[in-house]
Amino acid sequence: MKDQTTTGGESTVLYGYLAQFDKVDELLVGAARVRDAGYTRWDAHTPFVIHGLDAAMGVKKTILPYIVFAGGLTGTTAGILLQWWTNAVDYPFLISGKPLFSLPANIPVAFETTILFAALSALVGMLALNGLPRLYHPLFRSRAFKRATDDHFFISIEAEDPLFDRESTRKLLESISGRPVEEVEDEV
Amino acid sequence: MSTTHIDTLNYLDNTGDDPAVRARLVVGDNDFHSVTDKVCGIVEMPKTPPMWWVAFAISSSLTLVLFSMIGYLITTGIGVWGLNVPVGWGYAIVNFVFWVGIGHAGTLISAILFLLRQRWRTSINRFAEAMTIFAVVCAGIFPGIHVGRIWFAYWLFPIPNQMLMWPNFRSPLLWDVFAVGTYATVSLLFWYMGMIPDLASIRDRATTRLRYYVYGFLSLGWRSSNRHWHRFEFAYLLLASLATPLVLSVHSVVSFDFAVSIMPGWHTTIFPPYFVAGAIFSGFAMVTTLIIPTRKLFHLEEIITKRHLENMAKIMLATGMMVGLAYSTEFFVAWYSGNQFEAFTFLNRAFGPYAWAYWTMVTCNVVVPQIFWFRKLRNNTLILWIASVLINVGMWFERFVIVVSSLSRDYLPTSWGYYRPSAIDVLTFVGSFGLFFTLFLLFIRFLPLIGMAEVKGVMPQAHLDRPGHRGHGDYHGDIAGAEVV
Repeated sequence: MKDQTTTGGESTVLYGYLAQFDKVDELLVGAARVRDAGYTRWDAHTPFVIHGLDAAMGVKKTILPYIVFAGGLTGTTAGILLQWWTNAVDYPFLISGKPLFSLPANIPVAFETTILFAALSALVGMLALNGLPRLYHPLFRSRAFKRATDDHFFISIEAEDPLFDRESTRKLLESISGRPVEEVEDEV
Repeated sequence: MSTTHIDTLNYLDNTGDDPAVRARLVVGDNDFHSVTDKVCGIVEMPKTPPMWWVAFAISSSLTLVLFSMIGYLITTGIGVWGLNVPVGWGYAIVNFVFWVGIGHAGTLISAILFLLRQRWRTSINRFAEAMTIFAVVCAGIFPGIHVGRIWFAYWLFPIPNQMLMWPNFRSPLLWDVFAVGTYATVSLLFWYMGMIPDLASIRDRATTRLRYYVYGFLSLGWRSSNRHWHRFEFAYLLLASLATPLVLSVHSVVSFDFAVSIMPGWHTTIFPPYFVAGAIFSGFAMVTTLIIPTRKLFHLEEIITKRHLENMAKIMLATGMMVGLAYSTEFFVAWYSGNQFEAFTFLNRAFGPYAWAYWTMVTCNVVVPQIFWFRKLRNNTLILWIASVLINVGMWFERFVIVVSSLSRDYLPTSWGYYRPSAIDVLTFVGSFGLFFTLFLLFIRFLPLIGMAEVKGVMPQAHLDRPGHRGHGDYHGDIAGAEVV
């Protein structure tokens, strides 16, 4: 760990830099600059979804749809197997001489279990890929960062990024945001 | 921006239909911060408004009435209800279908209007989704207590039991268990997921420790990261795409409870679309009934604008017409089928002992919405509110007519009967409104009732400030020089 400091009895380490923006346009231009500089461990923080920011940041498309598809297929299979096992095998239900197992009558329940499993995997998958829940994060130590859920836009670059350099990274962020960057510290 | 009082009034009115003017979805002099302030301000109010307490006192008392009626039912038996031999499905089933139907507007607004890119949904979707969940809670109670011996209610679910028996998966009643159960779960997921960023907003503004910890825990450590937003948006899109067929399936499956039987008046293929249209109709009426007083009480007229109300009135007009078409189609088919029992059932509905209920239904559901053809009437908040209440009444009667009139007079005149609800039936129904409103009042006081993150995304400031691409309103045609800024 580099640059370890001790303030007020608590030893901290630099987490990274935080630059603030007031306008969507400035953020988009800034994000493209950070992307083009080649940083990898950085992020933008915005109170709402901004169209075009994914491209400006070079965010790769998420694999979430595949997870949801797998979840849905699991649901279909589970729904069909449940009905087949309970009504045709374990406790054969003879109703009006109809076949013990026939797909048409089993579609509604299989449909519902498909949706249920897919929806659960959408929420759980989204949270897992995002690494949430994570109640503590060094960025929460910044007072200014509280506006990220209100009306301000931020770019953060982590000290762990291979390209991170105290001087040049600061210069880059200050040139795109036009104001001093904040150093965010983390507990050791 | 400096405007005179008159200008401000005009500025707040965004109901015009001039295609050269893009309607603003948030009116008044608002920016991102003022939206956060207005919505979080409700949760942060140091003193709850007296009107809220009055409403809460009434609704929680009615909830107690509901619980006492259920307690009385369980300890005494199903005989406390007005059910009799031909009419074995009474208030409980009517109320179940009524409440499930109410829920549908929430999913329509949050999922279907999302897929159709109807951006005005952002101001009302949180509110409508909450309504969905509370309506489904109320709906779920009724089949549960209707089984009579509720300690056997677990028979509804495929749980291994001491009898080594399984439920019958070829019964629509079991499909219903799965449909409503999935619907409740998915609606809850959708609602909660959409709320995470807004809960984080409240966390970040918290001035008390308790609020900081509670909302901090609920928001799961959301830090507005764009990498997170990317997956969040995908999850939202996927949930919307899953909820869309789901919402259409739920009331279809509910209608199968009727349509798969051989009862005249029930055994018809029109039921699934007819039930879904009716559900959306009643749901929008309930959203309107609730949102008009709420926006007034918390001064949200600039975010939930007159245009939002007008759009809902238009949807009620459209779905009301669909319901009216279904009523007449049923009559036509009853005649055209040449089936004398079917024909009798419909004549009996309109002119038999339940004619009073039938004509109440037609008046409220078909005649009342016709006033929405007139811009002056649909833009009058009081008239809109009264009409929405009448539509709620009408849609309850629709379910009453379907359930009771068919059962009371089926094939054999010797087994005809007349159903009268008992006082316990009525009090249970009224009590369910108490539960609904209690949950609702707690929601508007403690949770962000408007999806702030979504509303901010449709404000003009959220977009690139370049010509030809400014402000996302209702219209997408961008005509130079006509922008209202």
